[in-house]
Amino acid sequence: MNKFLRFDWYALTLYLMLVGIGLINIFSAVYDVDNTEIANGFMQKQLIALGIGLIMIFLFQFIDIKFFERYASILFLVSILSLLGLWLFGTDVSGARSWYSIGGFSLQPSEFAKVAVALAIAKHLSSFNTRIDRVKDYLGAFVIIAIPAILTILQPDPGTAMVLLSFFFVLHAEGLSTYYLNTLVLLFGLFILTLLIGANFTLITIGVLSLFVFIYRYLRKLKKVLWPLILISFLGAAFTLSVSYIFDNVFEQRHRDRFNILLGKEVDIRGVGYNINQSQIAIGSGGGLGKGFLQGTQTKGGFVPEQQTDYIFTTVGEEWGFLGTALVLGLFMMLMTQIIKTAYKQKNTFSRVFCLGFACVLLIHVSINLGMVVGLVPTIGIPLPLMSYGGSSLLAFSMFMGIYLRLYFQRIQ
Amino acid sequence: MRTRFFNTTITIVCVILFIRLFYLQIVSDQYVDLSLKNSVLKQYVYPERGYIFDRNGSLLVSNQPMYDLMVIPKNLKAFDTLALCEMLRLPKLKLVESINKARRYSLRAPSVLLNQISKQDYAILQEKMWKFPGMYVQRKSVRNYQTIVGSNLLGYISEVNNFDIQNNPYYDKGELIGRQGIEKTYEKILRGTKGVSYLQRDKFNRVIGPYKDGNLDTLPVPAQDITLSIDIELQEYGTKLLTNKRGGILAIEPETGEVLMSVSTPTFNPNALVGRNRSAFFEELKQDTLNRYLFDRSLQGQYAPGSPFKVLNALIALEEGVAESNTNFTCYSGHYYAKNQFMACMCSPGTKNNLNRAIYKSCNTYFSNIYRRIIDKDNNVEENINDWYKHLNSFGLGEYLGYDHPVGQPGYVPNANFYNLWYPNQRWRGSTIVSNAIGQGEILMTPIQLANVTAAIANRGFFYTPHFVKGIQGDFIDSKYKTKRITSISKEHFRNIIEGMADVVSKGTARVAAIRGIEVCGKTGTIENFTKIDGMRTQLTDHSVFIAFAPKDDPKIALAVIVENGYWGARWAAPIASLVIEKYLKGNVERRWLENRMLNGSLEEEYAKVTSKKSFTINE
Repeated sequence: MNKFLRFDWYALTLYLMLVGIGLINIFSAVYDVDNTEIANGFMQKQLIALGIGLIMIFLFQFIDIKFFERYASILFLVSILSLLGLWLFGTDVSGARSWYSIGGFSLQPSEFAKVAVALAIAKHLSSFNTRIDRVKDYLGAFVIIAIPAILTILQPDPGTAMVLLSFFFVLHAEGLSTYYLNTLVLLFGLFILTLLIGANFTLITIGVLSLFVFIYRYLRKLKKVLWPLILISFLGAAFTLSVSYIFDNVFEQRHRDRFNILLGKEVDIRGVGYNINQSQIAIGSGGGLGKGFLQGTQTKGGFVPEQQTDYIFTTVGEEWGFLGTALVLGLFMMLMTQIIKTAYKQKNTFSRVFCLGFACVLLIHVSINLGMVVGLVPTIGIPLPLMSYGGSSLLAFSMFMGIYLRLYFQRIQ
Repeated sequence: MRTRFFNTTITIVCVILFIRLFYLQIVSDQYVDLSLKNSVLKQYVYPERGYIFDRNGSLLVSNQPMYDLMVIPKNLKAFDTLALCEMLRLPKLKLVESINKARRYSLRAPSVLLNQISKQDYAILQEKMWKFPGMYVQRKSVRNYQTIVGSNLLGYISEVNNFDIQNNPYYDKGELIGRQGIEKTYEKILRGTKGVSYLQRDKFNRVIGPYKDGNLDTLPVPAQDITLSIDIELQEYGTKLLTNKRGGILAIEPETGEVLMSVSTPTFNPNALVGRNRSAFFEELKQDTLNRYLFDRSLQGQYAPGSPFKVLNALIALEEGVAESNTNFTCYSGHYYAKNQFMACMCSPGTKNNLNRAIYKSCNTYFSNIYRRIIDKDNNVEENINDWYKHLNSFGLGEYLGYDHPVGQPGYVPNANFYNLWYPNQRWRGSTIVSNAIGQGEILMTPIQLANVTAAIANRGFFYTPHFVKGIQGDFIDSKYKTKRITSISKEHFRNIIEGMADVVSKGTARVAAIRGIEVCGKTGTIENFTKIDGMRTQLTDHSVFIAFAPKDDPKIALAVIVENGYWGARWAAPIASLVIEKYLKGNVERRWLENRMLNGSLEEEYAKVTSKKSFTINE
């Protein structure tokens, strides 16, 4: 009996609540007064996925954690193969080749790749003699992240690729040199700046900033940094020019539009800005307490595209108001902090890194998805974990959850 | 290891999202409105517009269905454009243009392809509608006039413009509003109140059911019918009599102040402002600055009153005590009212006129003398003219009468300030402004004011504010139309004046107006008038004017007739007034010869002189 009390009931409750709220809102989003069959169809599929997920979580509790550690490489390999296999057996859905169709169901292997990468990174970093500050070792980690990321970006599924790349943050938390994070932040800043004010002005800004840094350091008689500074400036300039080139020549117009709208350079609520605008209207019109279950006028009218999947949060916002959105955000926050807390209580590296990976995936999903629906981040199609309609995503997160719960359970034992 | 990295990031991200959500949902309220605009369709249920009846219960204005051909561009399939164009007498180019316009507006929402298709065209179209997928016909209600006269009186309705919508939140785009005439004055009564039903719609603008189960919906309040005081038969008769003449007739029932007829010519058929060619026709009416169809001469035309004004001066003289009924003045075919200033008169030289004779002979000499007495009394001209102004004002002159029709003019009555401005330093006296004595001078009156004065005389000293409404279904008319307005002239002074007016018809200037068996009281007028031709002030043929009431002892009708450039009072105005009275009191007209002369008579030649660019003679 005591054994059961040591199970992470708290995290499981959060998981179940989020899934429950998700089901309610999916139902509302797809509900059609004249044709209730439609809603039933959606609910059936999602409940099947949930059933499988729950069974998986249950079964995972009987598998020793050593099993996952041992077979992490194999799972990773299988995952890469499944991504490669898409080129042969995949199905095109709205321009992206990210799906396998098996019978009546579709599977999205990139969702499961997240679990595989989390396991692989954990395995890599926990291997005997691996040190994160050693070039050879962190380059290995980079490769583990890069391969599936490149494969998904080719589908093209930039959203999932972004999630996979975010494992970089796990490396950072594990002690990767700050240089990399700084470089990343710098590049991101240059990227935004280039789009916002154009390449020429960005180059001028780089020059002026470098000059200031140089004069400052020269006057304070600090270390001579002339050459590194010149190098950084040149690299920055090269990056700026390539961003500008890629943005203008490689990106398609729809990608450009998404960025331009977000940066406030274009206002086009009928065209590309439609999604962002409609989702904000839906959430905003919910007010404090919302319009009530099945009462959302935006939801009923189907103004928000893909509302049951990527935009499920708009239904929460419209029908349950600030009360609902704050609750969902709070639940996610509680779940993530709980996972982080568990991570640092783990005695072995594998478990810790896996937990961090799980938390990291959740965080990037929540921040990009919610950021997108409230208009803070460009439209990038990734689902809201546990809540969005879609079996693969729910199954993948259930896997994460199952392994996590097992880690928690086993540590106490 | 950086153990705090994730916790910090999670906190920052969640706080940012939390703040953003708080802003969107709690702070900013613009999204609520946006959402309603998006997804809730407000659909109005319009009550049928109220009917308008005349005083005897004949229907004047009702409604008729008109049909709009609607199109949903998305559902359009290839169709026989030629057949459709032929059926609707529509150029193909215009059809294509309309379809493209609809397409640009919305693929899925309906647009009007062709509006106001008549019943006849609809009947043909209806059978063939199956040939035109993506099109349907929408019924709509427009006005149907059961009469061909009274267009300015009844007014018209038209679609609201942006200005109306801004000023009155009741109206929405595409709705109809009473734009002129009775339709405008009684807009609220005739339109009723529209009901609203809220419908839920989806992103394609398709309706998917009631919003909140219809709990917010309101029912329309039915419109009320209106009964006018107008006698439509009289209105039609008056319009006929004024054919080919410019002018106005306004008749009032003295007992009640009800307007019996309000004719202004030239006029147009009110039905012409209904249907597809409405705007083109309206533009035509608007542009005609000579005939001025939309200018209601009986309400808006400001004329010098001419001789009928003499009776008012006579009343004031009696009231002020400057003359009595037996006061005599001798006329020498006119008189010198100042050094070298002669005012001519029609009397033969040496005629001695008392009040009675002066009225029926319309003696200028007599009235300029009593007018000078009024103004110059005790050498106190300023006070005297202001008293004179007050007397006239008590007849509703120099100000808006307050009737229930949106158009009108106040006319003009000068006072001391006016003349002080023109003749400063007290350089004016009765003889300076003597033209006022015979109704020329500075005074301006509209036919309805003239008719109202006549009614006040017929009533021996009081009148009711003239009004066009007799009854409102399930409601009372404004109480101000039931309130007696008493003039500042004592009742006993009217007797002499009325005797004089009776003699005008029996033995004076308007014997042509006499009707067998009815004692008619009247007063003729001949008004000098001027216009500008190429910047030159040019005198035109005099206006013909006549005021009358009958019967003398129990007045049932009081009226004023003005015929522009009709030479003199007894030539056109008096016979027309007499025929109207006969028609109203007897029901039919016995004097066919007079009627024919009026019906067939035309002044078009007279009016053509102004635009002929040639020199012309007047009053020949």
